[in-house]
Amino acid sequence: MRDVTSILPLVVKGLSFAADGRLLLDDVSFRLPKGGVTVIIGPNGAGKSLTLRLCHGLLGPSGGSVQWQGESSRRRHAMVFQRPVMLRRSARGNITHALGAVGLADASDRADSALARFGLAALADRPARLMSGGEQQRLAIARAWALEPEMLFLDEPSSQLDPGATRQIEEMVASLAAEGMTILMTTHDLGQARRLGQRILFLNRGKLIEDSPSEAFFAGAASPEARAFIAGDLLW
Amino acid sequence: MDVSSAFTAALSLIFNLDPQFLQVVGLSLRVTLSALLLAAVIGLPLGALLAVARFRGRSMLIVLVNGLMGLPPVVAGLIVFLLLSRSGPLGYLGWLFSPAAMILAQTLLVLPIVIALTRSAVEELWREYREHLTSLGLTGRRAIPTLLWDGRFVLATGLLAGFGRASAEVGAVLIVGGNIAGYTRTMTTSIALETSKGDLPLALGLGIVLIALTIAINAAAFGASRVGARFAA
Repeated sequence: MRDVTSILPLVVKGLSFAADGRLLLDDVSFRLPKGGVTVIIGPNGAGKSLTLRLCHGLLGPSGGSVQWQGESSRRRHAMVFQRPVMLRRSARGNITHALGAVGLADASDRADSALARFGLAALADRPARLMSGGEQQRLAIARAWALEPEMLFLDEPSSQLDPGATRQIEEMVASLAAEGMTILMTTHDLGQARRLGQRILFLNRGKLIEDSPSEAFFAGAASPEARAFIAGDLLW
Repeated sequence: MDVSSAFTAALSLIFNLDPQFLQVVGLSLRVTLSALLLAAVIGLPLGALLAVARFRGRSMLIVLVNGLMGLPPVVAGLIVFLLLSRSGPLGYLGWLFSPAAMILAQTLLVLPIVIALTRSAVEELWREYREHLTSLGLTGRRAIPTLLWDGRFVLATGLLAGFGRASAEVGAVLIVGGNIAGYTRTMTTSIALETSKGDLPLALGLGIVLIALTIAINAAAFGASRVGARFAA
């Protein structure tokens, strides 16, 4: 990271979000220090993706706050979406476009090193939208990585992928975490949460029910909702 | 009159390279393509802005622009005529009955088509790209260059529709151009004139040339967009 000051810890306080009179996220608070993989899990509609979007600033909260530390001329957190948004350009073009948008210099060199870093060099000139789902998601992560974020948000990054592509994505996430990138991701795959996460945030119906280290969570969750969720019961 | 004499007239027009005929074709293309270029330069950014901006009266504006796609050419001609007439607000330009006036009138006709089709194409693209572009800090008008570039193959279709409208119309160019031989006479005004004079083979011959030119330009644009469209899959 080139900037000296860190944007972390991320402090989320009393975060709420309402749409059409329905409270979709209700008073969620947590603090995310530098490093590690934190996984948000919970049933559909729990507010997992919403939490990421609010933290990343794609949406404004109805209540509460998302606080980053320090000051930076540009956004130093990036996001990868469940369905990768691929511009109608080559793989390299997708990365150079993103670099140009945030004003990073040497776009061409950076793009090439991002492609090489994630094994996409051979696909550099391929139209991004003709690549496979797994390749597109790897490109989306490479594109986010090229922006040199200090923190990365991943919204169900492998939910649409086959097991092989899922393993590649997990390896990418693990290696980014090993290099010190702070990661907040959502998944509905409990195995993935167990494999990648050091800390689990369990959301249900817009409320943060549990916030514990991964091992403790899976060994014996404190709340009946979380225990039922792990056991595979439907939560209402 | 029979069809074969029309084709004979068309072929002799083409192969004799009659300077008067070439002048008419040249002026037609110059007026139509200039109008299309102007409408594209103005209409593409405006259409994109209308797609990404949110303001009061936006829906009404969209309905208005969509409605203007059907603006009758004679009405567009009349408006430009009033603007450019001696006593009109732009009368001092002295453009009436000149190619410049014809370009202005056709721009007015093509502009709503370019704006409306750009708006709808860019809006769809924006729905798909919004979160990613917002994540990169490209919101509002900062998103427009990306959206126009990525929508280029769809937008080319909109421009072709505009070209079709301009090249086919006769009412506007007739009113503001005056169909002056050797100066403001286009293919469509020639066809109208020859028809009223009773020289139907010549009129039909000109019509065949006009259709052939339109198809040729469409084919070229279609081919170009097919080559590039693999990026827009």
